[in-house]
Amino acid sequence: MNYADLIALSPLIVLAATSIVVMLVIAFYRSHLLTLVLTLLGLALAAASISFAASVLPRAIPPLIMVDRFALYYTVLVLLASFSVAALSYPYLKLQVGHAEEFYLLLLAATVGCSVLAAATHFASFFLGIEILSVSLYALAAYLRHRDRSIEAGVKYLILAAISSAFILFGMALVYVATGTMEFRALASLSRSNGVAGPVFLAGTCMIVAGIGFKLALVPFHLWTPDVYEGAPAPVTAFVATASKGAVFALVLRYVTLVDLQAHPSLFAIFTAVAIASMFVGNLLALFQKNIKRMLAYSSISHLGYLLVTLLASSTMAVPASSFYLTAYFITTLGAFGVVTVLSTTERDADSLDDYQGLAWRRPWLAAVLSIMLFSLAGIPLTAGFMGKFYVVAAGVGSSLWLLVASLVINSAIGLYYYLRIIVAMFSPADREIRTDPTSVVSSVILTALTLMLLWLGMYPGPVISLIGAMTIH
Amino acid sequence: MILLWLIIIPLISGLLAWTFGSGNNNRSRWISLAALLIDSALLIKLWSEPASQIALDRGTWLNELNIPWIPQLGISLHLAVDGLSLVLIALTLFLGIVSVVCSWTGVRERVGFFHLNLLWILAGILGVFMALDLFLFYFFWELMLVPMYFLISIWGHENRVYAALKFFIFTQAGGLAMLLSILALYFIHGKDTGVYTFDYPLLLKTAMAPPAAFWIMLGFLVAFLVKLPALPFHPWLPDAHTEAPTAGSVILAGLMLKTGAYGLLRFVLPLFPDAVASISPVMLVLAVAGIVYGAVLALGQTDLKRLIAYTSVSHMGFVLLGIFVGSAASLSGAVVQMLAHGVTTGGLFIIAGMLQDRIHTRDMDRMTGFWSAAPRIGSVALFFALASLGLPGTGNFIGEFMVLLGSYRSHAWITALAASGLVLSALYSLGLVQKVFLGRNSTGRKFVDLSARESGVIAVMIIAVLWLGILPQPVLNTVRPVLKNIECCASHAHPTHMSGGDK
Repeated sequence: MNYADLIALSPLIVLAATSIVVMLVIAFYRSHLLTLVLTLLGLALAAASISFAASVLPRAIPPLIMVDRFALYYTVLVLLASFSVAALSYPYLKLQVGHAEEFYLLLLAATVGCSVLAAATHFASFFLGIEILSVSLYALAAYLRHRDRSIEAGVKYLILAAISSAFILFGMALVYVATGTMEFRALASLSRSNGVAGPVFLAGTCMIVAGIGFKLALVPFHLWTPDVYEGAPAPVTAFVATASKGAVFALVLRYVTLVDLQAHPSLFAIFTAVAIASMFVGNLLALFQKNIKRMLAYSSISHLGYLLVTLLASSTMAVPASSFYLTAYFITTLGAFGVVTVLSTTERDADSLDDYQGLAWRRPWLAAVLSIMLFSLAGIPLTAGFMGKFYVVAAGVGSSLWLLVASLVINSAIGLYYYLRIIVAMFSPADREIRTDPTSVVSSVILTALTLMLLWLGMYPGPVISLIGAMTIH
Repeated sequence: MILLWLIIIPLISGLLAWTFGSGNNNRSRWISLAALLIDSALLIKLWSEPASQIALDRGTWLNELNIPWIPQLGISLHLAVDGLSLVLIALTLFLGIVSVVCSWTGVRERVGFFHLNLLWILAGILGVFMALDLFLFYFFWELMLVPMYFLISIWGHENRVYAALKFFIFTQAGGLAMLLSILALYFIHGKDTGVYTFDYPLLLKTAMAPPAAFWIMLGFLVAFLVKLPALPFHPWLPDAHTEAPTAGSVILAGLMLKTGAYGLLRFVLPLFPDAVASISPVMLVLAVAGIVYGAVLALGQTDLKRLIAYTSVSHMGFVLLGIFVGSAASLSGAVVQMLAHGVTTGGLFIIAGMLQDRIHTRDMDRMTGFWSAAPRIGSVALFFALASLGLPGTGNFIGEFMVLLGSYRSHAWITALAASGLVLSALYSLGLVQKVFLGRNSTGRKFVDLSARESGVIAVMIIAVLWLGILPQPVLNTVRPVLKNIECCASHAHPTHMSGGDK
């Protein structure tokens, strides 16, 4: 390992160092504010180090890691999510009983896991990343120990994620038995030359796909999602919905572009079925939810279904379309859960539709932010979600995936119903007086920044599209 | 740049009206009015320029703006107006001003936000009438939905949430079908020529295999028929029109329905001449079915606004007929009908709104003999009802007459059936006047007659209808060259239509 390797790895190193520093500081001096500042500082430093890392691209650190523009772009997204979640958690955790400091430590560890996933090119780094991420998330989901729901979410996530990790691990072992390699590139070239087949390899691949399907909450591996989304503290839900899924998706994208799904009819058919099922199941179940966190959970299932369309499209469109869509999805989801976080109280999260009744007249700014986020999820112009949806549909049409595109269109229309239901509630007259605390400065700044980013991406996406267009997967 | 300003001014003043409107409601009303007047002044300036006159005679673009927006995807901010856009923009600004003035006292809550939505709808509609980039067109097409959704769901009547949702989902679903078609067109053109672009003039030259052209056209057609609305796609309309506040109904009936017709004229006919020829028999049947169906249902309504809403279905059937017959006379007739219907139906909705403000019901069974209570409202209602049934001297007569004239040569039976709509329209229009205004005022209701502000608005609208009816030639001259180009495309593909018209 030489100097340039260290430069390429600097975002990861900074993140890991920050978590150790935060851990030591907590051990000696407990201060919620100090921990937050250190966390945000570490995340900002990691983001700054990306510009250094970008100077040595592409840099392979064989056999585990490949630092290229793609990896760095997803690292930036993960850092954005982590930064927003940390900042939004501060006022939220101040309202809760018990120590708050370890929350940031876990968040940082989870961020390290996500960043590793974005750059992984080997089963070992893949598994390491996913475990660092998952173990942190078990604790984060159950962080509010005085809430039964939170404990339930943590236990549920622990059991199911452990099983899915076991699936992945066993799948990896089987693939290794069949091929003798654990490197993505080698696997891809083997599968391109049709040098692998047979039941062992197939079984291994299926087990890995099942494990990944769980992490991405795709149908039929989605059953944990609504419960964990509902029970976990709102900022954690935001992290699960964005960084955790985004990083796993980045890994899948990296592997799939190397393999070229369209050359594998059976895998192609499986992914098509999963995509269509995710869209329909997610949207149809969301229609009947009265709990906003559950509604957003089902909505995220359907959004991942949309995202799979890009995976199945030709590889020239797959990377830009899914990266843009994920960027929009990150910002939107963070903003939506951000508003939920801000409205939450000591006793419970603001997850009932009643909490939003008349919000537009009580707290117009928050209602405006949430409306814009929901419009973005629904794909209405001026928002990033519109450009994202446009991009995904373009990718689908460009590769003539008519079945997928048609179900995407039908589902967009279905999805409108429940997004608009929340907006209607916010703009209808308030039926009861609700105590309102002023929004804390840090939350306001984050929500404003997210909203501006969303509108900027929706109205002037050119620069980001250029950035994404220049990404190639090595 | 003047075209961009036409859109930007309402957008910005909407925000201003919202920000400065809190506390002083009149301020946001004046801001909106001022914005629309400035826009109108800009439009008149554009119209009266000598260069514009030449362009109008040739049927080319009066003014064009083309700057790259998202060059990576071949998307540009391409705006342009020709005679057709021009008259529709004029209608938009006219009805925009009318809606601001007619809701001056009717809207008392959240006035700033109301005007924000109103102006943004108008900006979206203006954008639709000007956009020459298909992505931009779709962008504006979708943009106008959200504020309209708010307008209905916040300031609407009893069943507003349901109506707003239905409106939104119908139009969005139609819009998504159009998006697929736009993208398909984009990729076909890109693969053929290597130039990936959404630019309308370039896409016009796309060579498509007939089945592809047919399917792509179908996507556009669905979006436009939902907006128009044509028969099977109309269920959103009666609810949305009935539940919307007065200004919302005026804009819905007067402007939004016209965007569908405009889309047919601007995009479907020129882009897919062959596919249009193959589907036009179906469309003609739908048009006539819509004319009769709308009129028959209007006869059965007891809700005043619902009645007016169904007459729109009937009247827009004439527009659809005129467009798909595709002769010179029928196309001009369709455009005149669009303008006249916009003003007339707007007028009827305003009268319905006035009655609702005064007696708090739209139920016609509870209205009788109002002439004695409010003779001025009665007489203007009579005027708009007569205009709606197509009395000679009003623009509606010119429109419907020209459509029928242009259709008769090639489609005698269809025309005969469509003409039955005129008889039915006499029944429901006169029935409305008789039920609400004539007879004995048995309830003994007393209420305020037209105020000065209301009289002013109505007077201007009456003048517009009469002007279209008595002196339609300036409007016809403005749109004729553009329609001629469209007609050339259509008749090129389908030679039997050449005979229609009054050249």
